[in-house]
Amino acid sequence: MAETVVFSRPQALAAVQTHYCPGCTHGVIHRMVAEVIDELGLRARTVGIAPVGCSVLAYNYFAMDFHEASHGRAPAVATGIKRARPDLIVFTYQGDGDLASIGMAEIVHCANRGEKVTVVFVNNAIYGMTGGQMAPTTMPGQVATTCPLGRDVEQAGHPIRVVEMISTLRTPAFVARASVHTPLYAVNAKEMLRRAFRYQKDGTCFSLVEVLSTCPTNWGMPPAEATRWLEKTMMPYYPLGVFKTPERGDRAPRPLAPEEAVCRTM
Amino acid sequence: MAKKLMKGCEAIGEAAIHAGCKLFFGYPITPQNEIPEYMSHRLPQVGGTFVQAESEVAASNMLYGASGSGERVLTSSSSPGISLMMEAVSYLAGSELPVVIVNIMRAGPGLGGILPSQSDYFQATKGGGHGDYRLLVLAPWSVQEAADLVQDAFDLADFYRNPVMVLGDGLIGQMMEPVEFGAERVPCKLLAPKTWAATGCDGSRPTNIVNSLFLDPEVLEQHNIKLKAKYDRMVRDEVRFAEYFTDEPYDLLLVAYGTVARVCSTAIEDLREQGVKAGLIRPVSLFPFPYAAVRAAAAKAKAVLVVELSSGQMIEDVQLALRGAKPVYFKGRQGGMLISPDEVAESIREVLAGKAAEVVNG
Repeated sequence: MAETVVFSRPQALAAVQTHYCPGCTHGVIHRMVAEVIDELGLRARTVGIAPVGCSVLAYNYFAMDFHEASHGRAPAVATGIKRARPDLIVFTYQGDGDLASIGMAEIVHCANRGEKVTVVFVNNAIYGMTGGQMAPTTMPGQVATTCPLGRDVEQAGHPIRVVEMISTLRTPAFVARASVHTPLYAVNAKEMLRRAFRYQKDGTCFSLVEVLSTCPTNWGMPPAEATRWLEKTMMPYYPLGVFKTPERGDRAPRPLAPEEAVCRTM
Repeated sequence: MAKKLMKGCEAIGEAAIHAGCKLFFGYPITPQNEIPEYMSHRLPQVGGTFVQAESEVAASNMLYGASGSGERVLTSSSSPGISLMMEAVSYLAGSELPVVIVNIMRAGPGLGGILPSQSDYFQATKGGGHGDYRLLVLAPWSVQEAADLVQDAFDLADFYRNPVMVLGDGLIGQMMEPVEFGAERVPCKLLAPKTWAATGCDGSRPTNIVNSLFLDPEVLEQHNIKLKAKYDRMVRDEVRFAEYFTDEPYDLLLVAYGTVARVCSTAIEDLREQGVKAGLIRPVSLFPFPYAAVRAAAAKAKAVLVVELSSGQMIEDVQLALRGAKPVYFKGRQGGMLISPDEVAESIREVLAGKAAEVVNG
């Protein structure tokens, strides 16, 4: 009798163990990215870019060609790859310290140029690899090793909502936020990732998917509690959904209005 | 091909295209804006791509991605912008990526000024970024040589899998001279296919990872040793220099690079007519520095005069070359001030008359 395989490791994922902590959602997100790449048949022409942060070793976990970028510069590296080889499928995998702090300029301008790359942005509201310091996405009052009394918005400002900010850019893009803290939300997150990679495959636009993620180790709570904390604390501030699609007309490029054109002739 | 009158910056851009470079990433900064401007209109004509980056930080990381994809890629900048690129330069060296970086030096430190200078010698040849690494550094003294060295730089970068810097000053970038590009370009090195590039993996080879991270110290040390062996090969095989007025006897040896060496050669020529005998050695590769050639040329002189548009940076390599064998003198201008043949001639006379102060360190 022939065997029917109902579940296996995606081809785009390497047959290795990861270093991620128990309860961390990086593993789930890696797997979903790999599944999407497999399902769209893109593996042989995909090049990924790993960040600096917990997922710095992502190049060991995906079975595909990779670049390891310096801290925050992955969108610039992605630009270089995509401009050099437009036939490649290029994605960055970045955390919140990498993308929303040190790499803010690179992500905004990569999106604004409309580079046809995909950004997987994992937001767990803290610096993980360096040991739990405050991130630009750390919640007000949230304790971190560099804000031991909790994030003081008078001193540190409010958490940055990357998806909302990127979706203000007029350049066509696909920008969405998802979460993977329960299986149902993970199914939705995978659908967002699928759309993001499909837009790139079709040569349509830049795409960014923010994925809310847990960090039980640095949040100082058991995984189940971390899941509840994400839903109770992060989700109201970081709402899930599709914020921008290339089809939505209001963001489409348009000719200069006459009053805007005046300065060009002066 | 016929000679064409070109500005240095434009010749540098055209030379890159001639060498097969189809990608330029850069950010505006004076005095090298004519390079990105030239590339922005010229590259699309040859099927290439120009991107004006949001910063030199981003531009240099775009180089990383493009080079890691196996393509030839160029950026250019000037001193403060080069400082911003130094992070990426360290990563490029660590990941062994071939790129060509043109630095049209302006006076510093800080924002400094926009006029010509040679004050980035240390940054170019001794580090600049973090970690044990070296750049191949080439310094042209004419527009034609700038065009030639830029083309060689691409071959050298690919051969050694290492960033190469072409170090010019504002004069090289701005002056116009006749330039000739050969019809059939022959690479100056025998080049292997870039099988290491991250170009997508269909399973027919192991995955390629463009990377400078080695968390295991034993593995990193082996990587460092491999890099050092490569830099040693550059020292052995890539020394370039030129000598002038050294066929006849000379009392004083001048050492200068770039456009300053041209000023020195004019001064020496003028003095020869008056019976004052000086020779000139011009390092063309600043790393590797022509230590042996400088030592040999100095052996025939009574003393050595180093001339730079800085407070004295290359002079340290000259001192290393001489190992105290000859007295060393220095003439420099800074801040974007140029040096005239008359000033150099006066320094030569002072040194030979025993009126100049010897440079003594320690």
